[in-house]
Amino acid sequence: MSTFLGLPRHRSSTPEEGPLGPVPHADDPLRWGDPFPVAARRALDDAQMRRNLGHATSTIRDKRASVVGEVPDWEALRDTGSAVKGDVMARLPELLAQLEENVTARGGTVHWARDADEANAIVTRIARERAVDEIVKVKSMATQEIGLNEALAEAGIAAVETDLAELIVQLSEDMPSHILVPAIHRNREEIRRLFLARMEGAPDDLGDAPRELAEAARVHLRRKFLSARMAVSGANFGVADSGTLTVVESEGNGRMCLTLPETLVTVMGIEKVVPTFTDLEVFGQLLPRSSTGERMNPYTSLWTGVTPGDGPQDFHLILLDNGRTRALADDVGRAALHCIRCSACLNVCPVYERVGGHAYGSVYPGPIGAVLTPLLTGAGTEDAPHGDANASLPYASTLCGACFDACPVKIDIPSLLVHLRARDVDSRRERTVPTGWDGAMKAASWVMSDGARLGRAEKGTAALRVLAGRKGYVGTLPPPMSAWTASRDLPAPPRQSFRDWWADEHDGNDGDGAAEENA
Amino acid sequence: MSDARTQILGRAREALGADELDVPVPREYRVTGDLAPGSDDVVDLLVDRLVDYRATVHHATTPTVAETVAALIADARTVVVPTGLDVAWRADWVPEVLEDSREEPLDVATLDAAGAVVTAARVACADTGTILLDGEPDQGRRAITLVPDVHVCVLRADQVVHLLPEAIRMLAPHPARPITWISGPSATSDIELSRVEGVHGPRTLHVVIVR
Repeated sequence: MSTFLGLPRHRSSTPEEGPLGPVPHADDPLRWGDPFPVAARRALDDAQMRRNLGHATSTIRDKRASVVGEVPDWEALRDTGSAVKGDVMARLPELLAQLEENVTARGGTVHWARDADEANAIVTRIARERAVDEIVKVKSMATQEIGLNEALAEAGIAAVETDLAELIVQLSEDMPSHILVPAIHRNREEIRRLFLARMEGAPDDLGDAPRELAEAARVHLRRKFLSARMAVSGANFGVADSGTLTVVESEGNGRMCLTLPETLVTVMGIEKVVPTFTDLEVFGQLLPRSSTGERMNPYTSLWTGVTPGDGPQDFHLILLDNGRTRALADDVGRAALHCIRCSACLNVCPVYERVGGHAYGSVYPGPIGAVLTPLLTGAGTEDAPHGDANASLPYASTLCGACFDACPVKIDIPSLLVHLRARDVDSRRERTVPTGWDGAMKAASWVMSDGARLGRAEKGTAALRVLAGRKGYVGTLPPPMSAWTASRDLPAPPRQSFRDWWADEHDGNDGDGAAEENA
Repeated sequence: MSDARTQILGRAREALGADELDVPVPREYRVTGDLAPGSDDVVDLLVDRLVDYRATVHHATTPTVAETVAALIADARTVVVPTGLDVAWRADWVPEVLEDSREEPLDVATLDAAGAVVTAARVACADTGTILLDGEPDQGRRAITLVPDVHVCVLRADQVVHLLPEAIRMLAPHPARPITWISGPSATSDIELSRVEGVHGPRTLHVVIVR
């Protein structure tokens, strides 16, 4: 294995064998598997996964571009979405208290959870008090993040994922690899094999057409929906001024869970609050077009506490921190909390498209995951374990900026990545043993801080021209510089340095005239 | 758990520190569309969107609603209606009609066995092809438009607005009502991101537009 300059790697786990081959095993949904550089290298060897992803992301990119292009005020909507979220962060305590008051006034019960364990314990207690041993679930990032299904299983309560992609992930004992389509790394044939092996009641002659696979899931889940007594959901938005919660979905599994059981528990990250009901007119346009590339998703449900005679009569809202207030404390990083989980940034990211979601070692992959995960877990700060693998995530980007352009709430992800890289470097300054990277940076700093030294160093690059030869680049350098060329070529230095060129053009003048010429 | 509450709110206040700034929110986006509510153009746009979602659109006039709906549900053995549905729309239906209300709800098995459900709507947004229900007596409980496999939704042309903000602002006076936005039949794109209509919600959505 090659050296990755300055990147920590202390995340260990062994992949487990599933019906579709090895799947990652996650003790912590926000920190699993190898660090990104190692995991990415391995993922690149999986040609099937890369084909599946390349096909899926290019499809969704085209759909998104076409439905975004037809909205003349798209930029105005983004500006509003961004500002509303900035306003939410600035007034978070006040808005959460208002949301709580309105949900409570309408017959709901509000719980607060500082971390994953606390949230899981609340859901478990609610289920036990009602003697429920099976719950149905709406796809939710918050419950993925806290590992709710595993916690419920330990308490003897089965959690049934009802979103098709989540069901695929659950049946294959896999981890999600995409925010919106967690099974995006699987193709139809793999899903057919999985359903035949693991899904009760799958017909023996099941084909691999998406229509047939969806029908098999419908039949499998319908009984569970009609008999479920308790459901758990996430929330896309929680409206402070009315206490209204919102779930945006496609299949109708969300409506089933939100409507039919007696008890509904919603786990919502505290950053999902929006100030007013009419703010939904903005996010209701931004989210579906950015997410599935549709003008509107098939179903959106809005409910406020309990409505007598319609839907669950026992409603609980769990407001989850789990690192969000830590992210809020970073006055640059807090913009990552504006995320509405559309996944547009994943679909346009050249890095995500090639390495897939598992390489990020978090339920939040891709560009937003590369900032959100370290912010939630405090990687690169004194709160995190020494050598936290999540500290490598901000490097998982080329900083091309496609994610910023695609983001419906204008999160400047490239700037956040750079900010977190700086935070990571700062956190490691006090180390006793400097790395090769630190040494190289120190040497470069020494050379570049003095004109004469830089001039001499430039002359030394002539040797590299010889090494580069007619190819025009250097493919391998001897150690310690091999660390640089292990994953990139070094272009041949130019025949003449800028200083030499300047001296030639200006008859030996050393450059002091430049300021006057430009004045 | 007031302890967790105090601590989370305390952490948030501490995180924000002194910079509890006032963030101005620009609202330069369109809140009123170019197409007038109920106009032929706005209805045409809605129809275009609905067809794109693979919903089926039918046109009727006030006197022909009943026969138009009757033809759509003729094969069903039972059909569910909310108690507040316009009785004029229910003339001459063949199937047995089962009324549902919050006070006297049908059980889930009855809904599951029903061939279709017929409801009205609150408002529709043409731009996104979305029908918005707010659970009032002419639309009924959320379960009735979910469990039966065929949903026939009767929409008056004057309920069709151009843009989403126009629709949301009609709902805004009563945000606490149980609200469902429906844009076509249920669908999934979870397998290779190719869209398949008909998963857990009604697999068939008929929209009857009354002018």
